Amino acid sequence: MQLTGAQALVKSLEAQGVDVMFGLPGGCILPVYDPIIDSSIRHILVRHEQGAGHMAEGYAHVTGRPGVAIVTSGPGATNIVTPLCDAYMDSIPIVVITGQVPRPAIGTDAFQEADTTGITMGVTKHNWLVTDAADIPRVIAEAFHVATTGRPGPVLVDVPKDVALQTMEWYWPESLDLPGYHPPSNPDRSLIAAAAELMAVAERPVIYAGGGVLKARGSAALRVLAELTGIPVVTTLMARGAFPDSHPLCLGMPGMHGNYTAVTAMQQADLLIALGSRFDDRVTGKIAAFAPRAKVIHVDIDKAEIGKVRRPEVGIVADCRLATEALVSALQPRASAGELDEGRIAGWLHQIRQWQERFPLAYDQPSETEPLASSAGSGRPMLKPQFVLETLRDNTPAGTILASGVGQHQMWASQYWRFEEPNTWVNSGGLGTMGFAVPAAIGAKVGRPDAMVWAVDGDGCFQMTAQELVTASAERIPVKIAILNNAYLGMVRQWQHMFYDERYSEVYLSPDLPDYVGWAEAMGCVGLRVETPEEVLPAIDKANQIDDRPVVIDFRTDSMEQVFPMVPAGASNDDIVVHPSQRDRLDDRGPAS
Amino acid sequence: MSPPRHHLLSVLVENKAGVLTRVASLFARRGYNIFSLAVAPTDDPRFSRISIVVDVESAPLEQVIAQLDKLINVVKISELRPDEAREAELLLATVLADAGQRAQVIQLVAVFGGQIVDVGLAALTVMLAGAPDALDDFEELMRPYGIVELQRTGRVALPRLSPGASANIARGNEPAGQRAESA
Repeated sequence: MQLTGAQALVKSLEAQGVDVMFGLPGGCILPVYDPIIDSSIRHILVRHEQGAGHMAEGYAHVTGRPGVAIVTSGPGATNIVTPLCDAYMDSIPIVVITGQVPRPAIGTDAFQEADTTGITMGVTKHNWLVTDAADIPRVIAEAFHVATTGRPGPVLVDVPKDVALQTMEWYWPESLDLPGYHPPSNPDRSLIAAAAELMAVAERPVIYAGGGVLKARGSAALRVLAELTGIPVVTTLMARGAFPDSHPLCLGMPGMHGNYTAVTAMQQADLLIALGSRFDDRVTGKIAAFAPRAKVIHVDIDKAEIGKVRRPEVGIVADCRLATEALVSALQPRASAGELDEGRIAGWLHQIRQWQERFPLAYDQPSETEPLASSAGSGRPMLKPQFVLETLRDNTPAGTILASGVGQHQMWASQYWRFEEPNTWVNSGGLGTMGFAVPAAIGAKVGRPDAMVWAVDGDGCFQMTAQELVTASAERIPVKIAILNNAYLGMVRQWQHMFYDERYSEVYLSPDLPDYVGWAEAMGCVGLRVETPEEVLPAIDKANQIDDRPVVIDFRTDSMEQVFPMVPAGASNDDIVVHPSQRDRLDDRGPAS
Repeated sequence: MSPPRHHLLSVLVENKAGVLTRVASLFARRGYNIFSLAVAPTDDPRFSRISIVVDVESAPLEQVIAQLDKLINVVKISELRPDEAREAELLLATVLADAGQRAQVIQLVAVFGGQIVDVGLAALTVMLAGAPDALDDFEELMRPYGIVELQRTGRVALPRLSPGASANIARGNEPAGQRAESA
C-alpha cells in the first residue's frame, strides 16, 4: 500500500493506539493535517502550542498513557519547549510531532525554520529528525517505546514537509532499531535481600515514596509493603496519591513546604527507603544536613539517580513496582516468623503520633466576630485560601482529579487535599511551570472524561495560559477552575516578605484587573466570584452541577497569607519554620535521637 | 598516590547524525569536563567509537558513565584503565630546525620512532604515534628548538589482551550484553 509520509505518520499514530492529540497547524505541518480529517484520532485545536504540550502532559498524568501533541515548525516548535522540559523534569511520557522546513531548505534560515532537534535535545529523552518517509513507522514505534519504557519522558519527532509529501510503501515494524536502549526491569536478588535486612532491623524507618511509584503503577505494592512492615510513608509532591492520605501510616508531603511530621521523621530516621524518588533539593533542604543518621535504600529505574545526590547503602536499579514486590516477598518470611511485629518500631510510631498532634497544618481562620488584622477596614473577614481548599476537598466526589499551577496555591493544594487514589494529582514539580494548571486540567479531563477535574490556580498562573479555556469551551471539555486570587505573585511575595525585608518588588497584580468573571464568560465559561467564606460552598456546589462547559471561580483571598511550614532555601530541614501559632511548641519537640 | 584525575572512556555509539552533539551537550549541561576526544567509525559502519578522556575532578566517574548510558544512541561504555588498555595518540608538530639543528631534531625523531613528513628551509614537520606519555616527553624535548604548531588527536584505546586468551574475545561492537562496564 502506497502512502504519503503524512498518511503514514497518522496511520502510525493510530497503530500506537492514540485516541486523541492536541495541536495547532501551520505551514510545514500542513501535509500531516490533511489525513487527520479522515483519522479516528480526535484532534483538539489549542490556542497556543504551549497549551498542547501541557494538555498532553495532563492526559499522560491521569491515564499513564503517552500524550500526543502536534505543532508546526519554528515558533510552533519553540512554543512547546517549555512543556517538553516540564515533562522531562517530571518523567511524563509525551510524544511531540513537529513540522520542519523541507530538507533542501534546512540550514538556509528558511521561513519558520528552527533547529528543533538541536533546541530540544537537552529537554527530551530522545528526538528524531526524519529524513526519509520510509522511516516514519519505525521512528514512531521507537518514539512511543522510548517515551513509555524505563524512566518515562518526552520525545520529539521532527518531520520535514517534503518528507511528509514523499510516498512510501506502508509497513509496521516488527522490531525496533535501538541497540543502545535496554531499560532495566527486575531487581537484583542479593540487593533486595540486603535491603530487606536493613528494613527488618531499622528502628526509625521511613518510606520516601516519589513519582516513580506512580510511573511504575506501584501504589498497591507500596501499600502492601507498608502494611507488612508497619513503616510509615511520606509522599513527595510528585507522589501525592501514591499512598492514601487517610492511611494511618501516611505522613503526607515532605520538603520545603511539607508538614512538620513528614519533614522531621525523615530528618530523624535511621533508614530511608527511597522508592522512585530523587533526593530533590526541595525535599532534602541543605543536603549535608539531610537525614544525617539515616542509612539509605534507593530504588530507581534510572541508574544515574542512584548516588547522584546521596550515596545509598543499597542502590537498586529496577522498576519500582517490581522492586517493591520483591521486597515484600523477601520480608514475608520474617513477617510470618513474627520478626516484623509492631513492637519493633512502636516507640518511633509513638513519636510520630506526638509530632502529628503537636504540629498539624494550621492557619488562622477568621470569623465575623474576630476579623483578622489583614482584613481590618474592609468590614468583612478575609477569605483564607486554605479554607477554600478544605471546602473544595470536602465537597467534590471521591476520585476527583486535582490539577494545579505553581506557587502558594500549589503548596496549599498539596497540603490540604486528601489524595486517596493514584494519578489524581496533576502538577508541575521539577520545572515549576506557572500556567500549567489550565491546559493540564483540560488534558486530564480529555483522558478521564468520567472523573470530575478541578484546577486550583493562582491569579498569576491563570493569566499565562487562560486562553486554553477557549479550547475547552469549543471542545466541550467541562473543567472547573478555582482561582485563588490574592492579587499577587504570592510565592515571590512570601519570599520578599521573609528574606527581602518586606520590600515587595514587582509582585502586585491587582485583584480585579483583569475582571476574571468577565474574562471567563468571554471565553464561553461560567464565571463566578466569591468574596466571603459563606459564598464558598454555594459557588462550589453550583460549579459541580455544571457539566456542559468550563467554570471559573474567582476566589478573592487574603493577600498576606503565607505557606507554612517552610524550610528556607539552603537551610537544614531541622530549621523548619512552622505556623506562628505553633512556634512556642518547637522548644519541646521531643528527644532528638 | 592520589587517584588519577583523567579517565579514558571508550564509548561505542550508533553512527548517526548528531550523536557527537548529544554526547558533547550532555557533558556541557552536566558540567563535566572533556580533556580530549577522538571519534571515528569502527570496522562496522553502523557504529562509531568515541574515546573520551574525562576530567573526574568535575564529577564522579560513575555519574558521568550513568548519564552517558542514558543517551539512546550510546551502545556500550567501557572505562579503560591505563594498566588494562593499549593507548595511542598521534602528534603532528612543526618544529624550528635550521641547517645547524636539523640533524639533532631528525635524530630525536628517530629515537622516538617518528617520521619527518615535511621539510622546509627553517623547519620540519614531524609525525609521531605512540603512547600518550611518550608524546608528552617528545613534546618537551622539541620545545627548546621552538614549536611553531602542534596538533594531537586525543587518545584512542582498546583493552589489553591477556596472554593466552583467544577464544572468548568479545566483539567490541556487540550491542548485546552489559553496558557501562565501569566495575
